[in-house]
Amino acid sequence: MSATVNCDVAIIGGGTAGCAAAVHLKRAGMTVMLIERDRCGAAASGVNFGGVRQQGRNPLELPLARRSRAIWSGLNEFLGEDTEFTATGHMKLARSDADMAELEAYAAIAREHGLELQMIGRNAIRAQYPWFGEKVIGASLAAMDGQANPRVVAPAYARLARRLGVDVREQTTVTAARRTERGFEIEAGALKVASKQLINSAGMGAAKIAALFGDMVPLTAMMPNMIVTEPLPHILVQSTGVCGGDVYARQIPRGNVIFGGGRGFGDWEQWRSRPSTPVTLGAMPKLVDLVPAFRDALVIRSWSGIDGETPDKLPVIGHSPTTPGLFHGFGFSGAGFQLGPAVGEVLAELVINGETPTPIQAFRADRFGAPASLDVSR
Amino acid sequence: MSEAVKIAIVGAGPAGVRAAQTLAREGLKPVLLDEAMKSGGQIYRQPPDGAERPGAEIYGLEAKKAAAIHAIVPALAADIDYRPRTLTWNIVAADGRFKLDLMRDDAVSTMTADRVILATGAVDRALPFPGWTLPGVFTLGAAQIALKSQGVAIGRRVALIGAGPLLPLIVTQYMAAGVDPVVALDVTPFAAKIAAWRGLINQPATAAKGALYLLKGRFGGVKTQSGVRAIRALGDSRVAGLAYTTADGCEHTIECDGIGASFGLRSESQLADLAGGRFEFDQVSGQWQPVRDISGRSSVSGLYLAGDGAAIGGADAAELAGERAALSLLADQGGTVHEMRIRKLDRALARQARFRRALEAAYPFPSHMLDDLADDTIVCRCEGVTAGTIRKTIAERGPTEVNRLKAFTRSGMGRCQGRMCAHVGAELLARANGGDLVAAGRQRAQAPVKPLPLPAALNVEDPT
Repeated sequence: MSATVNCDVAIIGGGTAGCAAAVHLKRAGMTVMLIERDRCGAAASGVNFGGVRQQGRNPLELPLARRSRAIWSGLNEFLGEDTEFTATGHMKLARSDADMAELEAYAAIAREHGLELQMIGRNAIRAQYPWFGEKVIGASLAAMDGQANPRVVAPAYARLARRLGVDVREQTTVTAARRTERGFEIEAGALKVASKQLINSAGMGAAKIAALFGDMVPLTAMMPNMIVTEPLPHILVQSTGVCGGDVYARQIPRGNVIFGGGRGFGDWEQWRSRPSTPVTLGAMPKLVDLVPAFRDALVIRSWSGIDGETPDKLPVIGHSPTTPGLFHGFGFSGAGFQLGPAVGEVLAELVINGETPTPIQAFRADRFGAPASLDVSR
Repeated sequence: MSEAVKIAIVGAGPAGVRAAQTLAREGLKPVLLDEAMKSGGQIYRQPPDGAERPGAEIYGLEAKKAAAIHAIVPALAADIDYRPRTLTWNIVAADGRFKLDLMRDDAVSTMTADRVILATGAVDRALPFPGWTLPGVFTLGAAQIALKSQGVAIGRRVALIGAGPLLPLIVTQYMAAGVDPVVALDVTPFAAKIAAWRGLINQPATAAKGALYLLKGRFGGVKTQSGVRAIRALGDSRVAGLAYTTADGCEHTIECDGIGASFGLRSESQLADLAGGRFEFDQVSGQWQPVRDISGRSSVSGLYLAGDGAAIGGADAAELAGERAALSLLADQGGTVHEMRIRKLDRALARQARFRRALEAAYPFPSHMLDDLADDTIVCRCEGVTAGTIRKTIAERGPTEVNRLKAFTRSGMGRCQGRMCAHVGAELLARANGGDLVAAGRQRAQAPVKPLPLPAALNVEDPT
């Protein structure tokens, strides 16, 4: 029998949100155990597109995204590492008049949240952004959005957590978790943990953890299809998406163009995902439509990853509706990279204060009205 | 567009060609997919049309074997479906079958096969040294390709460096082509070679003879040097010379304008990985290899592995393994079981395996040269990642295996997808973590295994 490790807070899932929560809780003087199935940041936090984007989000997410964007500005200093964050701006492109109307309507809503979007018309887009293809007739620019290297952010949070004294257990899979009179008991193989409070930030695995406590969230596995080219002359300044979302691209300073659109495939219970050939071949001409100068580039790699997606594509963040002391932070539906730093702060606030100044009512775990028998695995 | 076939063979080197021949004899008409314009693989690479030369000039002592392999594909024209210039850039196992993504003449297509034989061959096991990214530095494999394919040498004054039987082979080939190398350097430590000498004596294979030549000090008219400890390519914008340190610690400098350097071979096993094959670390060669038994069966039902793409064994072993894998496939799908032939092949393959183990022991990958690798030397050429960056990242960020190292440094993330550097990253990781190469792991393969032009997606080939 191994001894039980006691802590104030146990965190299941070492993505950006879980690692950031660990950092903030430890700084507030709590003892924290972080349990990660693989390596911190190995799943959705680490293999995503790398967009640090507020534009285009559901308005209900904007307060959280605004808060996170403020953190990104000082994140390198906070972490003591370079996340390669650059506020390059984010362009959302219109390819029809209906698209332009959609962008204008969104800009009005974004303004209410303090997010200023600059509308770019037909002439301006040709004059100022001549790299875009002929199908592009306009755009809206979020000048303060940007991009960062997803592979380094969650690991940097995890290292900071370790330096502060968080007990980080990687390659450790939770096999059982239950509520007890005094808090929670978590088992991960030989490891037994007793905590007063519990954070569930286990990505696609989080629905199963939540279900252990009766919180039924209809999560499905989403596996974005990502592609990267060889280094090319640097012309695509802003991280770029389109109305309709069928393709998105950014170019890193080294010149490689990272682009995506559509989904890969895999078996999330084995934590295996792969890009899909038809989707990859479909995305390649779309990139050329977006930026014709890339037409002769070579694709050098493709990949996918696994995130949990909710029916309304909004995350699940907040108190468990059923279990005092349990907090959820998952279901980012493929758009969590930008949010991660703020979600960590919010989760820490909920644990410490029981509340957060950031509006998260829309992210309640019981909003789906899911029956208790719901199969959460598919 | 997608087509369905019964049997696909990837690679038309000695293993793939023999596999195709074996299946054709049974009337099975396999599809033979090959990246090159003509069959033969790298070892028996043929010159393009219009650049033909006598086989003896190109292949030296191996000319007869080369001619035998080259004759097979044309002779089987009606009995196999031969597809040259076709890159297999991805493979997925699903529902007991295999989906292969192909590209031919910048057009893509998809093929579904019930059974697949992978005979994907080998590539040089590169090892970085100061100056190795200068124009004029080639792998020995590339130096050979230039010679076999186009009849050109990599320079007028050529220095050749190696740690394996490829070195004497290519020295012979260069001399036969009329280019006497200015020096041939063997970086294998004496101790390893002498210890393993016993295993090499009395081996009939040509390679064994060649392997022993270099101990003599001169090879034909070429100056040779064994036990070389360190090398540096000299020059500003291209190779102007070579500095090398001999066993006695003295550094020598020679002028040259071409350097061919290789330190062994490694399997091109990306497709085996993408098909879901299990891998094991082979202690003798110090490499990860896709699991397969002597019959060529992999860990995935319906997937067979043959030749250097499964484990380095040389061309003779590859011919045997190609035929053997084909006979396994035949038996597995309920065809004739050629027991006598199988027994004979298994004996021959076992003999080849014993010889190969001795050779690997005699010529271990000279990873000791990485001990003193200067921090400013580039390890990952595609992404420009230096040894210093890798060491610093290991120390500060604590990756313990190569995929994590890649994520943190971009080493192995570029155009070659780690084919030239992932094993070096693993060596540097192992050095920092108590010498454990197994724990350092292997870089996972990702499609496309070779670069795919964006226009290829617009050119979808109709297979009919």
